[in-house]
Amino acid sequence: MIKYILRRFVNYLILTVVATVFAYIAASLFFFPRRRYLAVNPPIPEESIDGILTAYGVNDKDPVLLRTWWWIERVVFEPLSQKLGQDLNGDWVVNEIFGRAGLSLRLLLLGALLGAILGVAFGVWGAVRQYKASDQIVSYASFILISTPTFVGGVILMIVATKFNNLIGVQAIRFTGPYTAGTEGFFPQVWDGFVHLLLPTIALMLFGAAGYSRYQRSLMLDVLGSDFIRTARAKGATRSHALVKHGVRVALIPMSTYFAYSFGTLVAGSAFLEIIFSWDGMGKYGIVAVQTSDVNALAGTVCFTAVLLLLSSTLSEVLYAALDPRVRV
Amino acid sequence: MSMNAQPPADHSADLAQDIDPTAKMFAERTGANDRNRNPHRPISRGRLVWRRLKTKPNFYIGGVLVAVIVAFALFGDLFNIYAQGQQDNFNFNSPPSGQHFFGTDAIGVDLYASMTSALRKSLLIGFLAAPTSTLIAAIMGSLAGYLGGPFEMFTNWLINLLLVLPVFYVLMIVSPAIADPSNLPAALQWLGFLPAWGLLVLAIGLFSWMIMAQIVKNQTKSLKEREYVKAARFMGVSTPTILRRHIIPNVASLLIIDGALGVAMAILAETSLSFFGLGIQAPDVSLGTLLQDGTSAAVSRPWLFVIPASFLVALLTGVALVGDALRDAIDPTSEVNRA
Repeated sequence: MIKYILRRFVNYLILTVVATVFAYIAASLFFFPRRRYLAVNPPIPEESIDGILTAYGVNDKDPVLLRTWWWIERVVFEPLSQKLGQDLNGDWVVNEIFGRAGLSLRLLLLGALLGAILGVAFGVWGAVRQYKASDQIVSYASFILISTPTFVGGVILMIVATKFNNLIGVQAIRFTGPYTAGTEGFFPQVWDGFVHLLLPTIALMLFGAAGYSRYQRSLMLDVLGSDFIRTARAKGATRSHALVKHGVRVALIPMSTYFAYSFGTLVAGSAFLEIIFSWDGMGKYGIVAVQTSDVNALAGTVCFTAVLLLLSSTLSEVLYAALDPRVRV
Repeated sequence: MSMNAQPPADHSADLAQDIDPTAKMFAERTGANDRNRNPHRPISRGRLVWRRLKTKPNFYIGGVLVAVIVAFALFGDLFNIYAQGQQDNFNFNSPPSGQHFFGTDAIGVDLYASMTSALRKSLLIGFLAAPTSTLIAAIMGSLAGYLGGPFEMFTNWLINLLLVLPVFYVLMIVSPAIADPSNLPAALQWLGFLPAWGLLVLAIGLFSWMIMAQIVKNQTKSLKEREYVKAARFMGVSTPTILRRHIIPNVASLLIIDGALGVAMAILAETSLSFFGLGIQAPDVSLGTLLQDGTSAAVSRPWLFVIPASFLVALLTGVALVGDALRDAIDPTSEVNRA
């Protein structure tokens, strides 16, 4: 079993490396960082631009494959903090990742976890109460929420929060950035962080929960009619015991794979939220990297995201094994 | 028997009525001589699906939502005197009114006119990109499942790459070329004749087929073992013909569902890219650019954000409802789910 998970892990690891290299090559082909220096007035001499771009390793006059080779060399031989090179602001990409990862993970993990719990709960509840009014309401709500991109949901929550603040006359729900500058003391800071986390987490949670609940509902419906539920009931198990112990456990097995596949969507969704709520996290770093044609920063973001998805995929394999004894050989 | 000579179905029914008077009576009473409603013919799959589809409320709700929005995009301009992008210098930031149905923005541009134009663009992208990705999924998935070997390994590898690299990030990387075709790499310069939305269709189509291809591949692998496919193969029928005649029709239902849900996915991708200034660029408008313009004004002039957002959510919800009803009608046990 551990051998199986290890093999999958190595498989994902190779994919992570390939994805990052791919992203670097594609970004080198499609980005044009020179433009940033051409638009400057008074104009910078061409040799100076070449010098700057070569120092960053993104000079479009060098062939792409050569640049990729230099980049790989740097990743292999340089010390850790300089492995991924510098972004166009002159900061080391690895340092940026370590500085920003905490913020991104706080939002992403909390939103994904709460979304999964809420989605599974509503999915099971809807399946058990199929075609009743409550099931219909949950179904339509989830259809609307699936169809609401996180950046739209985030802005709507901001409008609502602003109206709420104006109504009670106090800035109760603060949502710009991850914290208020100048907050003193431990408990005020924790509370402040929590309040700032509130809106983006709700936006991400609802988006995730909507998708999970649809899938969980259809899986649960398949399980409800199965023989082993009837057997459990016939042996005297109560309805709730049969449903939770025997039903939900089986219905959760395909969900663990679905979590892994959908995590990428959540990562993109949380990147949108970081921009909307002005969080300086990895998602914002990536989107700004595209907007400013920053090849090294983008490769760093893809590397970070790929490692995150690698961990989540491995976790979902472990979860699968924990739920389904048949794969534990 | 005459059946072996494969007469058209209508003839065999006429023949049966000549031989057997009761058959004639039955046919007259049930109106089966109306050539499409021959009782001897089993109900076709298309009619069965249609009959099931008609019982789904989601199909009507979603269908009406989509139809109304499409009609609005196509014919909404008939009721409006302002053209897209035209400025009304006497009405800056005016809320919705009889003159400007959806209000105006900071420079007096009529939002109603922008909305119809934006919806046309977003719908065009959605309805072209989804079939593109479904087509690629059908070809790659069925070929990989049928051929196996190195090609299947290659496809698996592409699909798995998606597990660690979100599609949106791939679209972001190629987005500079969409914003400005002169950013296309040298090898792709020949695509420069395409307008921005055409490149967007291509990009979305090329990078969102993986999950569906995975499902088609698994289906194909089981179909490949069926007797009729084996028989065709041993008779020397070529691979493309087998795929076209036996494999693709059997996964067609999955592909239809995928195509329907893909429309929502493509519109969402377009909107997200344009929202961050990475897709459609001014002076062109799409739902994404309108939402981007509206965000900064969301609190003080809510109509600029709320109206495009409502249209987007209504459109995506409509497509999702139709897709869900289709899935229920075509294949109640399928697990097609696009992340």
